Amino acid sequence: MKFMANLDKYGWLKGLELGKKWYKFRRSPLSIIGLIVTLSAIIMAIFAPWVAPYPEHAGFYTDFANANKSPSWEHWFGTDEYGRDVLSRTIFGFRYSLMMAAVVLLLVVPPGVILGLIAGYYRERWIGKLIMRIADIFIAVPPLVLALAICSLTTPSVFNAMMAVSLMWWPWYTRLMYNITSSLKEEYFVYAAKVTGASSLYIMFREIFPNTLGPLLTKITLDVGWVILLGASLSFVGLGAQPPTPDLGTMVADGAKFLPEYWWISIFPALAISYIILGANLLGDGIKDAFEG
Amino acid sequence: MKLWKYLLRRILYVIPTLIGLSILIFTLSRVLPGDPARMAAGPNAPDWVVEQIRVQLRLDKPLWEQYIYWWVDLFHGDLGYSIVSQRSVTADVIEYLPISLQLILMAAFFEIIGALVLGVIAGRHSYKLPDNIVRMIAYLGVSVPSFVWGILFLLVFSSLIPLFPSHGMYSPGTIPPPRITGMPALDALLSGNFDTFFDILWHMFLPALALSLGAMAQDARIIRAGMIDNKEKEHVALVRGYGIPERLIFSKYILKPSLIPAITVMGMDIASLLGNAFMVELIFQWPGFSRYGINAMLNKDINAIVAVVLVIGVVFAIANIIVDVMAVYLDPRIGRRSQ
Repeated sequence: MKFMANLDKYGWLKGLELGKKWYKFRRSPLSIIGLIVTLSAIIMAIFAPWVAPYPEHAGFYTDFANANKSPSWEHWFGTDEYGRDVLSRTIFGFRYSLMMAAVVLLLVVPPGVILGLIAGYYRERWIGKLIMRIADIFIAVPPLVLALAICSLTTPSVFNAMMAVSLMWWPWYTRLMYNITSSLKEEYFVYAAKVTGASSLYIMFREIFPNTLGPLLTKITLDVGWVILLGASLSFVGLGAQPPTPDLGTMVADGAKFLPEYWWISIFPALAISYIILGANLLGDGIKDAFEG
Repeated sequence: MKLWKYLLRRILYVIPTLIGLSILIFTLSRVLPGDPARMAAGPNAPDWVVEQIRVQLRLDKPLWEQYIYWWVDLFHGDLGYSIVSQRSVTADVIEYLPISLQLILMAAFFEIIGALVLGVIAGRHSYKLPDNIVRMIAYLGVSVPSFVWGILFLLVFSSLIPLFPSHGMYSPGTIPPPRITGMPALDALLSGNFDTFFDILWHMFLPALALSLGAMAQDARIIRAGMIDNKEKEHVALVRGYGIPERLIFSKYILKPSLIPAITVMGMDIASLLGNAFMVELIFQWPGFSRYGINAMLNKDINAIVAVVLVIGVVFAIANIIVDVMAVYLDPRIGRRSQ
């Protein structure tokens, strides 16, 4: 308890009233399904080498005797053109999808949030305007198009795909924080802080920021699905992860060449992408309802 | 505020953004590691060929000079030389862009019709069985990526049940219609080739549907939420008390205000249509601008990549302005708020 109290030195967590939110959250069956789906994907991703029936099939591996076998008891999702177990590769694929989401959001949220706070707080000054104009440039094109272009200009790889998505994802957080901050800065508690001589930095991070945690958390959870979708799209086109990486998007694209005869090679990874995005969306909506309702 | 004044302000605001975008993508295309000239010449080409291409693409000049030349060329209607198509990128844009726009327009049509039908059904029977079914459909629509829909449709409606063609824009042997607008379906209609017109629509059905489902689901959810919200409003109870026919109440006081929030998020839908077209055109081998873009990207054709990003930026900006003006026209408060 002491640890928690230390962790929550400024009372941000307490202010969120998480107990009440959890009560609201768990009353909706859809939210619980979302939580279970997301957790199951995370657990499978972490323990992939133990969960997958043929972990050695994740990378370079060929067994042409067993190539293109339809789903059976030995290979639930069948085997691909190199005789690799599609189920095992799909489970490993969760790793890349979730890693993509985690890395991108970790890279994107802090700078996006800080820029948004500054831009919203100094809305009338040139610095606020400049930040928002720059953010507008990155939003001027659908995210996928810019990410595709950036990936194509570098050497396609998982790492570069993450960088490309991060480069164009921060403005969404800047925009969210800008909107909240510029309305909150007119509230009385901000004026009160100003009167007592609080610095601008103090007001931004200790007065305004804690009030934005609800929408921010909602946005982050909903974005998990979007980032996974974007990553899968990049590798589907061939500008993200490269074979033999067991990335879900790459697997769908590779398997699509063998449609319709060997449908299982692409359909199961495609359903796996949908499964994980569905989970993230249900969870995100549940969190949103818990915070807003 | 006057509508045209709002329109003008929106246009003036978007121009610096697009110029900023051109600087961003131009710089990235020249600065990021990788040698486009070497890519174009091929790995076995002698060095002097690579050098020749480098001079041709002006890659030997400093960055700012290249950028200024790019603008000079642009004012002459030239977006630069494409390595893949061996001609000016402008010609490629003119050829391929309408073919993609045609697909996107059809997808937008599906999206609007589908969202209206699903949203109204769910909103009318809120919290009952139809609503729950629509909600499940909406979740699937939002969560399943368009390229997954594409592959599923291909498998089910083209291979298992051969209802639709699996790829391309025409059946074999079809003579393409004369070029009038550049959109083959429209051209076929204008030139009176109805067989060709229906042939194109038939080829366009699956890709357009795959493209539209995500945005359709999103809009259906918004219309549903708006209708449930508006049904409870006091003025609806009031007009009902006056004895206004239920049909009129529904269309005028419940449905119309529910459409406005759906229209304001249509900008996001356009983004998803333009972006997802890249995967859908790839799956269905649709000979459009996005597939051209993918080709350019896989071959590091820098002039074409810059052009693809900017053209999509311009299309996106125009579409967004149209959507916003529509929203302001329907609800003038939005225009005042943004002042």
